[in-house]
Amino acid sequence: MTDAVGRLAPLPTVAPRLDARWVLIGAPVVLVVWLSLVPLVFLLWQSFLTPQTAGLPAQYTLENFRTAYMSSDNARLFFNSLQFSIGAALLSLVVGTALAWMNERTNTPFKTLFFALAIIPLVIPGILFTVSWILLASPKIGLINLALQKLFDTDAVFVNAYTMAGMIWVDGLHYSPVAFLLMTAAFRSMDPALEEQAAMSGASVPQIARRVTLPLAWPAALGALLILFVRAIESFEVPALLGLPVGIHVYTSSIYQAIHQYPSQIGLAAAYAVTLLLITSLGIYAQSRLSSQGGRFSTVTGKGFRPRTIDLGRWRYVTAAIFILYFIVIVLLPFLVLVWSSLQKFYSAPSWAALSRVSLDSYRAVLEYPQFMNTVWNSVVLALGSATTVMLVSAVIAWIVVRTKVPGRWMLDNLASLPLVFPGLVLGLAIMVCYLYIDIGIYGTLWIIFIAYVTRFLPYGMRYSSASMLQIHKELEESAAMSGASWSMTFRRVVLPLLKPGLLAGFIYVMIVSIRELSSSILLYSPGSEVVSIMIWELWQNGQYVELSALGVMLILALFLLVMLAQLAGRRFGIAET
Amino acid sequence: MQRRKVLGVRSLFTEYANERGGAVKAVQDVSFEVPEGKLFTLLGPSGCGKTTTLRSIAGLEKPSAGEIEVGGRLVYSSDKGIFVAPNRRNFGMVFQSYAIWPHMNVFQNAAFPLEVRRLAKKDIRERVMRVLHAVALDALVDRDATKLSGGQQQRLALARALVMEPQLLLLDEPLSNLDAKLRDRMRTELKRLQRDLGLTTVYVTHDQTEALALSHEIAVMNEGRVIQIGTPRQIYEQPSDKFVADFVGTTNFIGGTVTAIHDGRCIVSSAMGELKAHASEGVAKNAAVIVSVRPEDVELSEAPPAAADGDNVCKGMIDAKDFLGDYLDFHIRVGDVVLLAKAHPSLRTPTGDSIYLRMKADKCVAISSQ
Repeated sequence: MTDAVGRLAPLPTVAPRLDARWVLIGAPVVLVVWLSLVPLVFLLWQSFLTPQTAGLPAQYTLENFRTAYMSSDNARLFFNSLQFSIGAALLSLVVGTALAWMNERTNTPFKTLFFALAIIPLVIPGILFTVSWILLASPKIGLINLALQKLFDTDAVFVNAYTMAGMIWVDGLHYSPVAFLLMTAAFRSMDPALEEQAAMSGASVPQIARRVTLPLAWPAALGALLILFVRAIESFEVPALLGLPVGIHVYTSSIYQAIHQYPSQIGLAAAYAVTLLLITSLGIYAQSRLSSQGGRFSTVTGKGFRPRTIDLGRWRYVTAAIFILYFIVIVLLPFLVLVWSSLQKFYSAPSWAALSRVSLDSYRAVLEYPQFMNTVWNSVVLALGSATTVMLVSAVIAWIVVRTKVPGRWMLDNLASLPLVFPGLVLGLAIMVCYLYIDIGIYGTLWIIFIAYVTRFLPYGMRYSSASMLQIHKELEESAAMSGASWSMTFRRVVLPLLKPGLLAGFIYVMIVSIRELSSSILLYSPGSEVVSIMIWELWQNGQYVELSALGVMLILALFLLVMLAQLAGRRFGIAET
Repeated sequence: MQRRKVLGVRSLFTEYANERGGAVKAVQDVSFEVPEGKLFTLLGPSGCGKTTTLRSIAGLEKPSAGEIEVGGRLVYSSDKGIFVAPNRRNFGMVFQSYAIWPHMNVFQNAAFPLEVRRLAKKDIRERVMRVLHAVALDALVDRDATKLSGGQQQRLALARALVMEPQLLLLDEPLSNLDAKLRDRMRTELKRLQRDLGLTTVYVTHDQTEALALSHEIAVMNEGRVIQIGTPRQIYEQPSDKFVADFVGTTNFIGGTVTAIHDGRCIVSSAMGELKAHASEGVAKNAAVIVSVRPEDVELSEAPPAAADGDNVCKGMIDAKDFLGDYLDFHIRVGDVVLLAKAHPSLRTPTGDSIYLRMKADKCVAISSQ
């Protein structure tokens, strides 16, 4: 063999020079610093300024913090925020943990179907979920009240969404799938032998769950609770739609109000935002501390266990019924009420008379809405653009963090994950302030929304990218180098193709959350740069419920289709596990 | 005939920072040479620096000091500030995990090194088919890489390393991921291929059987240093160090003091009496030594054996014995010492009986124990 062709001449040695590698590494570093840190600085700075009016330039002041902290309303605001967030987080966790336990640890029938069903609510945008629950549980027009009033023949109000309990119910329910997914992962990584040992020791099913399973899942549950708490305190749609009309204020709705009063109190909003940021940072910090100590709890091992489940006997039909009930409450009822309302000319409760008035007029009205095409186009462009940018940037950052020995790479990882602590509204505010002062002509355009989306979803992209990168064995890259491939060739021919399934999944996820995004967009849009979620928000403000419902139904169906596509793509392009 | 030297490693040092910022000395003062067409093995326990040394030769790791020269070309030199990137070194390498790219099929995997060098399509096809034929994978060219068995993956990794006809072949524990039977077969296969093609090879393993069976020369490493370099027979029969004797094969150690030394032979006074032994380097009169005797060199007999001059003969008592099928392990007590002896299954002396031992002097190696 050696004789036939002769040895290849060794490739020439080239002195180190500025090659693609350093540009590729340097650009994301600059980008991440710019995206994560600069708006934060502007936000802090703004919180010490007085409002700027025509005749009066802004001045340095501590007044914003005095108003935010010293006013008598402050204690109430703080208490409300905590009550709402802790309540919603606990509700999500209890519901999600119970479902996860049933699905992972018992022989409930149709488990795979239930797993798919339980994730669907994540597709429904928060504003639509909230609106549909207003249509279900408002004291005046709520279908549940109307039905019960008719049944018992009274005028009494049975359920009221416009209360703290109503807010907790809607928000907690909407995010229970997150808890379900987190706890499913925790249960899956638990060695069933630990439970079997308890069964061999004579424990009953409830005893096993209480004495073994739950204590083992406790660290994971605490971590999930922190994530859910941070998420709930960032929640904007529920407090704005359900809380503001009846004067229940939390931080997010107060920020929104401070900006939307005249004259606009941006400094006060920034002071609230700084407070909110402190709370979320604390939550995220505690959560990351908890998960870094995860090694102490031996429940999580890399081993693949053969999943063995507890036989519930006849009780398994009860658990199946609970799943069906959950699906009805969280998906079917909200969606059907939107469908019903979208088929009416003017909103009315279901009745035989109303059924005869069913029409598709509202769909026609929405499609003929002058801004409609432009709005959809904006959403699509933003979703595609931010998903592409986020995945490309995060792939390179993940590569640097996981593979290289560049000093300070952990800083890069932390910086890219920093936007996690930004509630959407706070990020919107920070970016708004930032580009009001740095005038590069993007204020009021789609670009500013694009920047907000990329910043906000970069941490999600990082999750997908680093998880995929960690799965690629280092030797796969090294063998490419030994085969004579340059760095950029290795990245293109080996790393990117192997990352593809993970990047594609992340891409579609970022697309979905971009389309749903409301709380950042609401501070950054201008006429002409509206997106679909903003259009829903405006329809709600104008009281056009039927058009809103029609738009909502179309949006949910489109997002659902996107999720199905994602599943299909995952199967099609996923490489076989080795 | 003196063969041309292909690889020269001189005074190689490698350090890396651990989590607490301290320096870990992975490789210290490692030097060796590999002549053309020879298979050179780095043997040692995990963490001894053998893989770091191999990766430094490959260019996947940057040493902190030393020189690496291949075929007259310096690929690394700390003094001259030379470091050639791994993709410009033109060495073939087989990784422990095989690193078969799962998104390519068999042909694409093997063709990659040639595609990177922008060869003509026709040449690539011809050379890939030839190398796949050499490793008996030519029937599977279009198969997905993920659908290969462990042995096939190993052969594909080898084909990919050979297709660019490298100056030097680097093998990082290429057999450790295979099951025992397959490992023996692939070992024979690998040896045949290496000898037939005359590939200059550096082989890393922790398995002494592999090292003894495959190598022209072995360097035994421990704690970042090369302890002994020699042919498999030298390493096994004349270990220069207690670590080498212990790591390579099974052995008996008997402590003692040298009472006389002459012409490479010495007399050691030990707990089982006087022993005539081969004196390894560094052994002097009155020095404390340990004597290493392989179990198969302890000959057992029920009748007193005919002792030639230079044989050690003594009498012991059988403490225990284990039947292992093709041979028996005898644990024999002589004074305070218990010796392990390997005997043919036909020897049926019961436990508790006394038995005679004979150990040839040149099979007993006195090693300095300082």
